[in-house]
Amino acid sequence: MKNKPLFFVKKPGVYSSFQDLGRWGYQQYGVVVSGAMDSYALQVGNLLVGNERNEAGIEVTLKGPELEIQSTFQIAITGADLSPTLNGEPAPMWKSFEVAKGDVLSFGAPKKGIRAYITVAGGFDVPITMGSKSTYEKAGIGKALKKEDRIEGFETTGKAGIGLVSSEIPDYKKEVEIHVVLGPHQDYFTDEAIHTFFTSVHTVSAQSDRMGYRLDSPKIEHKSNADIYSDAIPLGGIQIPASGQPIILMADRQTTGGYTRIGTVISSDISKLAQLPPGGKIRFKEATVEEAKASVLEIEQELSQIAVRAGVY
Amino acid sequence: MDNYSFQPLGDSAIQLFFKEEPSPLLNRTISSICKGLEGKKITGIIESVPSYKALTVFYEPWNLSYDTLKQQLEEMLDQQESKDKLSPSYVVTIPTLYGNEYGPDIALVANKNNLSIEEVITLHTQKDYLIYMMGFMPGFPYLGGLDKKIATPRHENPKARVEAGSVGIAGDQTGIYPFQSPGGWNIIGRTPLKLFQPDNEQPFLYKPGDYLRFKAINEEEFAEIEEAVKQGTYHVKREEMKG
Repeated sequence: MKNKPLFFVKKPGVYSSFQDLGRWGYQQYGVVVSGAMDSYALQVGNLLVGNERNEAGIEVTLKGPELEIQSTFQIAITGADLSPTLNGEPAPMWKSFEVAKGDVLSFGAPKKGIRAYITVAGGFDVPITMGSKSTYEKAGIGKALKKEDRIEGFETTGKAGIGLVSSEIPDYKKEVEIHVVLGPHQDYFTDEAIHTFFTSVHTVSAQSDRMGYRLDSPKIEHKSNADIYSDAIPLGGIQIPASGQPIILMADRQTTGGYTRIGTVISSDISKLAQLPPGGKIRFKEATVEEAKASVLEIEQELSQIAVRAGVY
Repeated sequence: MDNYSFQPLGDSAIQLFFKEEPSPLLNRTISSICKGLEGKKITGIIESVPSYKALTVFYEPWNLSYDTLKQQLEEMLDQQESKDKLSPSYVVTIPTLYGNEYGPDIALVANKNNLSIEEVITLHTQKDYLIYMMGFMPGFPYLGGLDKKIATPRHENPKARVEAGSVGIAGDQTGIYPFQSPGGWNIIGRTPLKLFQPDNEQPFLYKPGDYLRFKAINEEEFAEIEEAVKQGTYHVKREEMKG
């Protein structure tokens, strides 16, 4: 495939990095999965420009970048509403559109949610490391966007004007209900602690990032200890160390850990969490594996329908 | 009686948990099931992660159900119990230059344990260490079997920079840093091998269930191996364990 120039980075934003659906298959070697925090928004973004769901996009956090467009291509912006503009005018969201050389894409104040995704027809030309384009700087894999980077993509025939209808667009809230499947270490907690966990309001602290969300909560008490023999951590695992303050493990979580986990956030609620700003409020609600699976299937079905509409099979 | 249990980790992972304490035998059971699953290529399984007392299997819920996967694992466990021959273990040799600038804390380890530096090297190289699991950072092995005579508590204040390939001791554990990072382990030596090469087809030299054997080398050998690794001509020694 022939390369083409896409963006010249005038400002990188707070933290902008390439993310696809993650680097799977190497967790037993300690390789962090990474990938888009809001994988639903990324997948929709890809479909709207005619890409496969797993293509990498740029994940933009809170204060987005300023990008000078270097050629004509199709683009979509999904996820959080960070007030995107094209040449100073509001840019469409959840709908693909065409940009041309000399245009400037920038972002303003965060209005709803905190992570937006920029996807382009044909995807970005960034190295595929161990099967993924996702950035994980701590292990030297990829780099976050920096000023004066030049970003390339591929010559392709993309699509524009494909969008979601308003009822399909997720509404990111600052107070959310998050469903949790109990386990695997629920026996380490008192009954009262589990009750407290499910009945309290938990607040997302400022020390929250792609690795995990630290919550300010009433203390979740252990029966005696908080340490276990290290085991594998899933996305959304809710770790509770001796302090009794929960940490929800997100995209850049370590593969294994030695703290008790009270439960796991169901996959279909991860996007809601990913868009929750510091200060956001969470109530947890217990779910069964079957209920969790039913919601995952619903989302899969939605994505398949969008794929059909976008002509991506 | 069943000596194991199953737990869902949300909707996309299942944990097979063993009640017994970690041991080389339990590790072989876990490794065998992990390998067995890889061989079966069941649609919907993404990957499995062994740890001290558990095997966690990640799956796609739209391709596989929790109950089906649980049943598969139960069948494998039953077969496991009926056959006493487990798959063989392998030992990977890690050439290591001990002491001096490569192992700045070796004198401290020797002093704390009333040993000479030579004795520390002998005790560290004469055992094979089982990789119970990998985690913390890509390529970092959690090793069991350190001789208690050289166990040394970790530094109270972690050092800002530990070089890639550093071999260390923390409490009764020994390990290797795959890449440069801050760290609190007592560093006794360094290997010229590269433990994490993300751009190689095989990014890692070993996996959970393998054993590591440290072999003392001199500065000249270190330089030779380092160069061979750079050229891509170095062959890591990985052999089947006997007995």
